[in-house]
Amino acid sequence: MLSFFSNPRIRGGIHAEEHKAATATQAIVNNFPLPEKLYIPLQQHVGKPAEPLIKVGEKVLKGQLLAYSQGMISAPVHAPSSGVILDVNDYPAPHPSALPIRMIVLETDGNDEWIERHTVADPFQLTPEDISLRVGAAGIVGLGGATFPTAVKLNMGRENHIDTLIINGAECEPYLSCDDRLMQERAGQIIDGVRLMLHGMETENAVVAIEDNKPGAYLAMQAAALPYPRIKVIQIPTRYPMGWDRQLIRYVTGKEVPVGCRSSEIGVTIHNVGTAHAVHKAIRLGQPLVSRVITVSGGAVAHPMNVEVPLGTLISELFKFCKVDSNQTARIIMGGPMMGDSLPHTGLPTVKATSGILALTQNELKNTDEQPCIRCASCVSVCPAGLRPLDMANNIRINQLDVAVDLGLKDCISCGCCSYICPSNIPLVQYFKYASGEVAARQQAQHKSEQTKRLIDARNARMERIARQQREEEQARLAAKAERERQKAEQEALA
Amino acid sequence: MYVLSAIVSLTLLGLTLGFLLGIAARYLKVESSPIVDELESLLPGSQCGQCGFPGCRPAAEALAEGKAAATICPPGGSALAEQIAALLGLDLDLSEVKEPELLVARVSEATCTGCTRCFKVCPTDAIVGAPKQIHAVVADACIGCKKCVDVCPTECLQMHPIEVTLRNWRWTKPVLPEARSAVC
Repeated sequence: MLSFFSNPRIRGGIHAEEHKAATATQAIVNNFPLPEKLYIPLQQHVGKPAEPLIKVGEKVLKGQLLAYSQGMISAPVHAPSSGVILDVNDYPAPHPSALPIRMIVLETDGNDEWIERHTVADPFQLTPEDISLRVGAAGIVGLGGATFPTAVKLNMGRENHIDTLIINGAECEPYLSCDDRLMQERAGQIIDGVRLMLHGMETENAVVAIEDNKPGAYLAMQAAALPYPRIKVIQIPTRYPMGWDRQLIRYVTGKEVPVGCRSSEIGVTIHNVGTAHAVHKAIRLGQPLVSRVITVSGGAVAHPMNVEVPLGTLISELFKFCKVDSNQTARIIMGGPMMGDSLPHTGLPTVKATSGILALTQNELKNTDEQPCIRCASCVSVCPAGLRPLDMANNIRINQLDVAVDLGLKDCISCGCCSYICPSNIPLVQYFKYASGEVAARQQAQHKSEQTKRLIDARNARMERIARQQREEEQARLAAKAERERQKAEQEALA
Repeated sequence: MYVLSAIVSLTLLGLTLGFLLGIAARYLKVESSPIVDELESLLPGSQCGQCGFPGCRPAAEALAEGKAAATICPPGGSALAEQIAALLGLDLDLSEVKEPELLVARVSEATCTGCTRCFKVCPTDAIVGAPKQIHAVVADACIGCKKCVDVCPTECLQMHPIEVTLRNWRWTKPVLPEARSAVC
């Protein structure tokens, strides 16, 4: 009866067509042909870009450090294969704008020869600090898509005395099944990674949460976690966006993360299953993060699959391998169809954040024929953040951004539920993304005008100082001249 | 007795000084309302004159008297217009306001003679250089006032739009479909 009155454990959300069957039933493909050239961006993570330490023309081995992390929040980049460095320059980024960012271009030699790897006999003898250090040195970032450096998160967990580690196996985005396959095929390795993370954070309990549309993954993970009572594997309802950290925390622990706080402040940390797998590889095998499993799917793909590729592989190479019909492709998306980014062309590399590449046909796209809002409030009922998207969009349309911020624009997670459900096809998420960018731009403009005032004041002060100095020098000169003339007159008078 | 004389003399002193202060307030009064100062602190302060007033202070005075609209300052754009409207309690329709096109000065190395005229007039010290050396503009500090363009003898200083990078790239605003005539 009490639970009837308490807050619902899941707020909002939608149930979209899953489209996962095409890829979820086949094993991960491991024989992807090594591309001739790999384009490795220096920034594949949140924080400062890595700084290259190799020279053009240098020969490198697989797993060799190419660029080191700089600053507190950053991650290093390693060579995904052996070969020669061709260039360090600006190339188009995997981003909707395809604007250039700095990348290292590696020409592979086909040997795929590993650098010497350092393994440890018993990683549980290592200190927790040592675990974070090794995870950081392996360049591991959150592989669910947020790409926050994992080592920083482990340290934060240790400092905040986390009591529960949640492993996110929800994979709620339609089409994607890379985490599902990973859990089915490499459950033992993932559970080992979870144990290493628990050791690294000095935390007691872990909960692996898997959506109930992945029974195979659930059974495999449960079997793998059986010997370890500290690790609990649970099923959660299938509902997008179940994999959003705050939604998942609310469902699993019943706690609400307050606005403006991190989840670690209420004693919970979330990591993705892919990240746990990468931690296992880094600590047990000494392998840095140089490859990942990517879902290639969509209506225009003749052979949809999950495939393990080296980081930096161009999307065009992936599409060639999976036989994508470019004539039918209406849109290329990196990530899932709900939150992923639409890319302008295929000459862009895959990065640590790339969980999937979709080639969608015109039939799979939503009708964008926009019509007036009928105030049905469907968007309000599906918003997982508890916002009123229709009011926010109306205010943004007339440029009342301050009102939109008051309505909670900063709490919007761009999950796309409102745009998906809108019967009038209003591009609500695009309004919110535009407005967030505009608010940030205004803050920058404000900052610049303050800086300008400071510069102008500094210049005026300097000009005054120079004028005063000149005046004083002039007076000193005149005084000296008068003195000289007086002495001259005295001498003349004496003579 | 001492107490009485102290009270009388201090009272007289107070009255005299108060009288003098009263006269000073009347004859030496500075005409300035606090709202003008507040408005002036909001305006960019580069005295560019694009509003049609000789500087930011006169523009602030016109705003305070209600002679100018909140959208007066072109470099400030809609962000500034919103702040001014909030301060003055005005209703604001921003749908017609054009965002300022941000420009920064750039030196063309081929024609710069190193004459030093430009960095002498730059209000924010955004130009660096030395006599007979090629000058350069620090784009982050440039406010686009065009003072350097006016003094450059070889026209090597030109205004360019700010380069779009991943740092300042933004999503565009969705365009409303044209209002359709009702077909029933």
